[in-house]
Amino acid sequence: MAGAPVSDPMNPTRSFQGLLLTLQRFWAERGCVVLQPYDMEVGAGTFHPATTLRALGPKSWKAAYIQPSRRPKDGRYGENPNRLQHYYQFQVILKPSPPDLQQLYLDSLQAIGVDMGLHDIRFVEDDWESPTLGAWGLGWECWCDGMEVSQFTYFQQVAGVECAPVAGELTYGLERLACYLQGVDRIMDLNFNGLEGEDRVSYGDVFLQAEQEFSRYNFEHADTAMLFRHFNDAEAECRALLAAGEAGEGANDARHSLALPAYDQCIKASHMFNLLDARGVISVTERQSYILRVRELSKACGAAWLKTAGGGAN
Amino acid sequence: MPDLLLELFSEEIPARMQRKAADDLKKLVTDALVERGLVYEGARAFATPRRLALHIAELPVRGRVIREERKGPRVGAPDAAVQGFLKAAGLASLDQATIVSDPKKGDSYVAIIEKPGQETVAAIAEIVPQVIRSFPWPKSMRWGQASAAGASLRWVRPLHSILCTFGPETEEPEVVRFEVDGIASGSTTYGHRFHAPQAITVRRFDDYVAHLEKAKVVLDPDRRKEIILTDARNLAFAQGLDLVEDEGLLEEVAGLVEWPVVLMGAFEERFLEIPGEAIRATIRANQKCFVLRDPATGALANKFILVSNLNASDGGSAIVAGNGRVVRARLSDAAYFFATDKGSLPDLDTFRDSAGKLGLDLAKPLDQRMAKLDKLGVVFHAKLGTQSERVQRIAALARELAPIVGAAPDLAERAAKLAKADLPTEMVGEFPELQGLMGRKYAELQGENPSVAAAIEEHYKPLGPSDRVPTDPVSVAVALADKLDTLVGFWAIDEKPTGSKDPYALRRAALGVIRLVVENGVRLGLLNRLVHPLRFSRVHANVAEQRILSTAAAKQNPVTGPRYAALSKEATELGSRLRFGAAAQADEAPLLADLLAFFHDRLKVVLRDQGARYDLVDAVLGESTSNNDDLLLIVRRVDALSRFLDTVDGANLLTGYRRAANILKAEEKKDGEGTFAGAADLQLIADAGLIEEKGLAVALAQATPKAGAAVAKEDFEGAMAALAELRPAVDAFFDKVTVNDPDPGLRANRLKLLNQLREATRAVADFSRIAG
Repeated sequence: MAGAPVSDPMNPTRSFQGLLLTLQRFWAERGCVVLQPYDMEVGAGTFHPATTLRALGPKSWKAAYIQPSRRPKDGRYGENPNRLQHYYQFQVILKPSPPDLQQLYLDSLQAIGVDMGLHDIRFVEDDWESPTLGAWGLGWECWCDGMEVSQFTYFQQVAGVECAPVAGELTYGLERLACYLQGVDRIMDLNFNGLEGEDRVSYGDVFLQAEQEFSRYNFEHADTAMLFRHFNDAEAECRALLAAGEAGEGANDARHSLALPAYDQCIKASHMFNLLDARGVISVTERQSYILRVRELSKACGAAWLKTAGGGAN
Repeated sequence: MPDLLLELFSEEIPARMQRKAADDLKKLVTDALVERGLVYEGARAFATPRRLALHIAELPVRGRVIREERKGPRVGAPDAAVQGFLKAAGLASLDQATIVSDPKKGDSYVAIIEKPGQETVAAIAEIVPQVIRSFPWPKSMRWGQASAAGASLRWVRPLHSILCTFGPETEEPEVVRFEVDGIASGSTTYGHRFHAPQAITVRRFDDYVAHLEKAKVVLDPDRRKEIILTDARNLAFAQGLDLVEDEGLLEEVAGLVEWPVVLMGAFEERFLEIPGEAIRATIRANQKCFVLRDPATGALANKFILVSNLNASDGGSAIVAGNGRVVRARLSDAAYFFATDKGSLPDLDTFRDSAGKLGLDLAKPLDQRMAKLDKLGVVFHAKLGTQSERVQRIAALARELAPIVGAAPDLAERAAKLAKADLPTEMVGEFPELQGLMGRKYAELQGENPSVAAAIEEHYKPLGPSDRVPTDPVSVAVALADKLDTLVGFWAIDEKPTGSKDPYALRRAALGVIRLVVENGVRLGLLNRLVHPLRFSRVHANVAEQRILSTAAAKQNPVTGPRYAALSKEATELGSRLRFGAAAQADEAPLLADLLAFFHDRLKVVLRDQGARYDLVDAVLGESTSNNDDLLLIVRRVDALSRFLDTVDGANLLTGYRRAANILKAEEKKDGEGTFAGAADLQLIADAGLIEEKGLAVALAQATPKAGAAVAKEDFEGAMAALAELRPAVDAFFDKVTVNDPDPGLRANRLKLLNQLREATRAVADFSRIAG
């Protein structure tokens, strides 16, 4: 038996931040632009314009980043061992999808300390669809000993537009992966900084209070009338920006000039919808119409993006 | 003769698609070979998560020679004609043509062209790329650099390599060379992703299977299933437990592994307080593991079987530990949901109004959930209002139906009010497939009457043609009310199924009503029962629309403003109709008739699916509208009629009826419709008629009232028997009597007799609508 654990802040199997840093380094070494999180509330790393918008158009693109993700409905007041309303995703997008993407992914698992001779890694069908983004792709949930540790998707359509070329997207659920690597059953018990003794900082030290407070907000206190209003405002602003950014008739430059700010409003509307959904004030049938409204925005933003330099327009 | 070996190696193919893909591959390739005249001895296809493989045994080396004859000009024809023939047939001179003699036309030239059979290798090289490009995957994708172009290859997941060899057992087989979107065929495959990832060179099927086995790949899915099942049973047996077998799950896990390694994991006993169905649902759906049962008690054990894809270096203990951790996490989720659902909601005071309105007891957890559903105003359908409004309609209807199906009205109403109460529970939120079942558990826990608890689960049934139909009267009342409300509601807002579109599963609902009524022997006149639910639905639809248009802006809008005013007026009108009841109004009757016609259509489908005479539905319905809304009665009449028509009497009477109807139709065309209505003149028959004519008149006079009386008593067998008595008289009549007698009086009288016969049968069924 080993003695008392030794502080090891960079070790992916001992430290949450060590895991993040190892993944960043791994993908940086494979040519990815390592970005920082998008500074808005999103439900998943896919919403980052570096994925949603960059997946569209002909230009090659390789990026990796951590994205804090908010899923108000998943809050459990910090009491559930593995459900949070705020968590981290590590997102990799490679366009076009390289032929050895599965191997690259497996190499990344090896880099963070998963021994392929000991653990059962499986690719289990999981067709990904984001109704709000008007996006879908085919791929898998990646299982490690029965635990879903990543999503692996070949994007086929984003914002209602066929992807040409197709991008490959990897999404690592970092908390779950870390629990696995550290051999911990509760996310809150994760070692965050890899130090031991007095200097040890756990995930709970950093986030427990936030989980409790935001669960209260999401489920009990969020002002639904205000959220409905904000949803409508964001929708209206998005449409206004899309219209304003459109090149006028006979303009020299046919490109769209406000695709990114318009997309921000689409993200905002989506988050408002998630909050309303968590409050339970949207029924199954109504949900559909809200999802459609966000999808219309995202489609329009995707169309606008294709008319920008980033989207490949000259 | 040589064999073909084909393998398509890709990234992981979804388990649920593997079997059909293997079958499709076999069919498409063998069909194309046969089409080219290449017949084979046997073919088998296989699938693993990463490959589709096909082995075709004993193909010829080349296809059969194809002989074709081309007719030419007659011997001695002008040179231009001969030259044209030679050119078209590809002959150098007339020496190569044959001369055939015809006694009438004389001698002429014929060219016999023999095309050598295509080489099988060439045929395969043509066929396989075509099959790959047009493969019928339920869902396929594009990938990589190639996907930048429009028409790139689609496959279920990226396709990496193609192995294709052809040759006899004794020689080195040939690689069939072709290329599909940059993937060149070869003789290479790969073993297990982790155990043997290196390339393997393969010659033919035998050594392919052996090489794969060595490289930790079991090619045959049925063998993988067998290994899993045997090992799982043995592991269970060793622990004194039974495997809860699950063919669907077995098929799926066999499609998730190339090298099955079966292991057993465990979870804490305390989780067994969670309902077994929920444990099984979470372990099955999320972990794809099997659960185990204690053979003595039948209860679930705290162990599970997992199937891994690895011979781990530690014997699998890390894999078991990892899976156990996930199962435990899932079960602690489920335990948390279960505990939460059994407990009180935090903000009970805010639900007082809802509880009062619905007559709920806030001391009970399930009642609280229903109150919450009401308080939150969760919408059932934007045009039809909330779930709670729907529950109120179902409760009222269930109460009304209760005496008809033999249920206590209070119990039916109570069951209906709790039927949807599990929707806002945590457990159903997580596992929607447990809806109803969890409601029942929670109802039992709070001490509801057993029939009420059962009805909460069973009111969704039957979910399809093979699902069980509930029999407890309370369940029947609520199940009928639920489905009838759904139908009436969507009819009220004009959202009926069209073509293949039936988003609200209304056809299934109608089928459910039919099965509930028929299989439980429920006599129910639908139309009267539906008037009230229809009005109720319309009131709720009105409220829902008013809610949307009630903003100040909408009231002032030139379009929505007047609509709002109209809605307010309609609300008053509907309100008074609801209060005072009465029969269907002018704006309701056509809608209900349309819904009834929908039921009739569904009934025909049901009968057709059972192999019954569905054409008899129309015959039994006839033109009358009375009794047409009693589905059980219709089925019984169809039944009786069908049995009658199967007898000699029935078949002959139908023939006689047809003859009478045809004659009448022809004569009415001449003399005008209705000319032969009314009773025949018996005196005229006595004075101038034939004995057979009299016989029919007497038989009609006896049978007609008898059949009518039997129908009135709903004794359809009796009605048929009465009609059967007519048969000898009808047969004799047609045998001896000439209807179109030169004497116009006799003719008219005889036609009147036939008309009476037509009328007599009409009392039982409209024979003109019987097909065949």
